[in-house]
Amino acid sequence: MAKSVKIYTTRTCPYCHMAKEFFKANDVKYTEIDVGSDRKAAEEMIKRSGQMGVPVIDVDGTIIVGYNKEALKKALSIK
Amino acid sequence: MYDIIIIGGGPSALAAAVYAARQKVDFIVIAENVGGQILWSSDIENYLGFKSITGMELVPRFIEQIEYNKVQIKDEKVSSIDKKGNTFIVKTDKNNPYESKTILIASGKKPRKLNVSGEDEFLGRGVSYCALCDAALFPDKNVAVVGGGNAAMDAALLIQKYAKKVYIISINASLMGEPYMLDEIRKSNKIEVITNAKTTIISGSKFVTGISIEVVNEKKTIPVEGVFVEIGSIPSVEFDNLTKKNRYNEIMIYGNETMSNMTSVSGIFAAGDVTDVQEKQVIVAAGEGVKAILGIFKYLQTLK
Repeated sequence: MAKSVKIYTTRTCPYCHMAKEFFKANDVKYTEIDVGSDRKAAEEMIKRSGQMGVPVIDVDGTIIVGYNKEALKKALSIK
Repeated sequence: MYDIIIIGGGPSALAAAVYAARQKVDFIVIAENVGGQILWSSDIENYLGFKSITGMELVPRFIEQIEYNKVQIKDEKVSSIDKKGNTFIVKTDKNNPYESKTILIASGKKPRKLNVSGEDEFLGRGVSYCALCDAALFPDKNVAVVGGGNAAMDAALLIQKYAKKVYIISINASLMGEPYMLDEIRKSNKIEVITNAKTTIISGSKFVTGISIEVVNEKKTIPVEGVFVEIGSIPSVEFDNLTKKNRYNEIMIYGNETMSNMTSVSGIFAAGDVTDVQEKQVIVAAGEGVKAILGIFKYLQTLK
C-alpha cells in the first residue's frame, strides 16, 4: 500500500521545491501543507517535529526534517 | 578513467557540462544539489533570455537541458581531491574514488557561519540561514537578522512582512548596500538597526529565546525567537588542499594565450563563484564555466 506522505512547506522555500521534485520523479503522491498561510498547521508542525524550519516531511508518522534524500529514500523504500 | 570530472551543480558547472556533452570526452558531474546558489535567488532579472525569473523556475530549465544532453550527474559530496602522477583521484562521501585526467572545480559558495555559541544547537529551532524558506514561520514574533549588507537587508524586509519586530544586528558602523533597500529599511516602523554590535551568544531552551550582543563595551540580551544569519558566503573548497587560494580563500585562476581558468595545479581548472573572479553573477558564472571547459579541451589535447 502506498505510504501517506505529508510535506509542510512555505511558498518560497527552495528545499521544499527540491523535495517535491524528488516526489514527482519517484511517483510519490503527497499532501502539501503551506505553513506560511496556515498558522494552525505551522503550530502543529513545530509541535510534532520540534522544528521551526521547513520542509518537514511526514511519511506514515515518521518525521523527516529538511530535505534529506537518503532519509526519504529509506522511509519510502526507494532504491 | 574519465577525461574530466566537474565538481558542482550551479551555472558554471552545468554550462561546462553542456559543452562537454557535445564533445567526445568522457566526463561526469559530481553535485550534491543541482542548481547551486541560484535556487536561493528570488528574482533574477539580468540573465539573458528572461525578463524576470526566480531561481526555482530557472533551475528546472537548466536540468531540462542537462538531461537532453544526457549528462551523468553523481549525487554525491566530494570529500577530497588528490594527485597521483598524472591522475587525479576524487573521493566522495559515498566512498567512491573516481579517477580523471582533469578536474573542473565549480563548487560555488555556501553561507558563512557566525561561529557563536548556540548557532549549531538551535539550527532549525530558531536559527536559520534561509529567510526565503523560514520567514513565514515567525508570525508576530521578534526576530533578529545578523549582518549588514544586501543579504541581511533583503532578509529583514522579507521577514517584516510576518514578524512583529525585526532587529538588524551589524558589526559595522552602518548598513551597506543598495540605496533602495536602505530607504525601505529607514521607512519601516518594524525594523530596528543596531550597529557596531558583535553577536556573542544565541540562547534558548527548546527554541531560541534570545540573542546576546556587545555594543562597544556594553553587553545586552535581546529577546527574540528567531535568528537569521546573513553575513555573506565563503567558497566551498573544504575538499581542495591542492590549489592556491587568495586571502578570501577563493581559488586563484590564471590564463595564458591558449587556456583560461587554470589554477596553480596543472590539470585543475576552476570557474564561477568559487574562484577569485570579481563578478559573482549567474551569467558570469555560466560564461566562466564555458571558458574553463574550453581550456580543459585544449589541455586534454596536450596530453595526447
